[in-house]
Amino acid sequence: MSDTVLALRDLSFRWPGRAGFALTVPELTVARGEAVLLLGESGSGKSTLLSLICGTIMPDRGIVRIADEDVTRLSGGARDRFRAEQIGVIFQQFNLLPFGSVIDNILLPLRFAPRRRGRVAKPPDEAARLCAALGLPPELGRARAGTLSVGQQQRVAVARALIGQPPLIIADEPTSALDANSQSAFLDLLFAQLSASDTSLLMVSHDPRLGERFDRVLRIEDIARIDRVAA
Amino acid sequence: MIARLALASLMARALTVGMTILAIALSVALFLGVEKVRTGAKASFADTISETDLIMGARSGSVQLLLYSVFRIGNATNNVTWESYQDIAARPEIDWIVPISLGDSHRQFRVMGTSQAFFDHYKYRQGRSLEIADGAPMEDLFDAVIGADVAATLAYGIGDPIVVAHGLASFTEHEDQPFRVSGILAKTGTPVDRTVIVSMEAIEAIHVDWQSGAQVPGQSTPVEVIREMDLTPKAVTAALIGVQSPLQTFALQRAINTYGEEPLLAILPGVALQELWGIVGIAETALLAVSSMVVVTALIGMMATIFSSLNERRREMAIFRAMGARPATILGMLVFEAMVMAVAGALIGVALLYLGLVIAQPIVDEAFGLWLPIVAPGLREGQVVVAVVGAGAIVSLLPAIRAYRMSLADGMMVKS
Repeated sequence: MSDTVLALRDLSFRWPGRAGFALTVPELTVARGEAVLLLGESGSGKSTLLSLICGTIMPDRGIVRIADEDVTRLSGGARDRFRAEQIGVIFQQFNLLPFGSVIDNILLPLRFAPRRRGRVAKPPDEAARLCAALGLPPELGRARAGTLSVGQQQRVAVARALIGQPPLIIADEPTSALDANSQSAFLDLLFAQLSASDTSLLMVSHDPRLGERFDRVLRIEDIARIDRVAA
Repeated sequence: MIARLALASLMARALTVGMTILAIALSVALFLGVEKVRTGAKASFADTISETDLIMGARSGSVQLLLYSVFRIGNATNNVTWESYQDIAARPEIDWIVPISLGDSHRQFRVMGTSQAFFDHYKYRQGRSLEIADGAPMEDLFDAVIGADVAATLAYGIGDPIVVAHGLASFTEHEDQPFRVSGILAKTGTPVDRTVIVSMEAIEAIHVDWQSGAQVPGQSTPVEVIREMDLTPKAVTAALIGVQSPLQTFALQRAINTYGEEPLLAILPGVALQELWGIVGIAETALLAVSSMVVVTALIGMMATIFSSLNERRREMAIFRAMGARPATILGMLVFEAMVMAVAGALIGVALLYLGLVIAQPIVDEAFGLWLPIVAPGLREGQVVVAVVGAGAIVSLLPAIRAYRMSLADGMMVKS
């Protein structure tokens, strides 16, 4: 297994039917255990880039290599399975199924990732452990996720991304819904868990102040080109 | 876990989901209720007359004979002469025979002349006998026993006088011979409820001064004289026959149908009832069609509910997709949801049906003489539940396929 968890090469994508938006990424790599912050304003193609990495959309050209597997060569179903196995995803907000319990939310990716599940001996115990490590009171495990505060929900989302130790965590502005104090506490907890599990992080944000905690800070305009043709 | 989350998702939308389930439940209850009424009506219809082996009348059609002899609808084209009646009655196969004489009416109700044997041998609903609710059977020549509907509609009690009109809806009344109500029958749910029963002799008595359907002018025989007259009937309209052994039924039927003295007809009531139901049964099919449309409407309502929930659930689907769920899993979840709603609706519908039956059974029996049996859910109910769940799954495919497409296009990135 190489030390590169994520490698994009000569990637180009054009939204079908939507004239005037094309994304090209000559190269982007994330090493094992590395935390990379990708800075970009909204509308800069961040979401498209993340969708390409996660394999929910397919590039017209180029390679998306995650953990030594070229995602673009996989079939649709295999990509979904691969995503479940290899990537933990944290959204901006509304990460959780509000009607499900916290434990069920955390365990959800394991349902689609047998190998990831195989790495966890007792999933409910592991979920409880992660909750404790992320500063969530244990009695919250049975609570419906919708009843939690936004900060608590984001921490549950981290636990869900980390469970079963996928090699890569993709985070899309996970702190934007939090106030400054909570942001800092959230990142402390996130980084503590990342270093404990040797997991890589690719986080997208518009906030350059977060940069100091990361191994590397990239600007999206430096790694990707957006072509807009007037529609 | 997916099933648990899908159920939790349903619970989270309890109100709309509950309404959808209620709509399905009501439609299923309606459908099964119509089904019950339909089979109940058919059974009640077939139960109008039982344990009578043959009905005999002048030669006409079997349905016509059944209609006027049992349902008191329409008229006999001809009568059977008393001599022929006696001939047939004397045959060895006959166990019992009850003469029926029709043609007169009281208000809107038919008057039927018969013998005491009618009360012994007329059976309905699998062998039930007529019961006198109040009073006694005819004893005097001018006694009449009235059906429950007659008593209820005209507010008659025991001892009330009634006047019989000649013919039907006729204004020429046999005013000279007023009858007296001697008994009121219990409700049966058969045409007997709408019948005024008098003796065969009484029918003769009121026609003493009549010839060829018109009163002889100026002639009015006093009641006292009539009582002294020989009132042996000259004809009967029809006769109900019981045979000694069921094996003789067809032999006797053939004998009556080939009777040489005058053209007669004997019918098997069960067969004629089937024939008649074949005509009436079209309404039953229409009823069934309407109630199945209600079920279809409820299912389409469910489809609409699922459709309208899709937009607000894009986020939910995006989360599932991000966690690695395939679009097919999303499709499966929606179909599963629909099936859960359909199963719940169908089962609640069956429960509502039985609740309704328990409440309505005595009321319906009292009001319409329609007996709706309460039996454990059978094959029919099972079929309906399975059909509703299957149809629910099928109609949910449309929104599910839309969700499949949406989740393919949205992937895991939904800006909301």
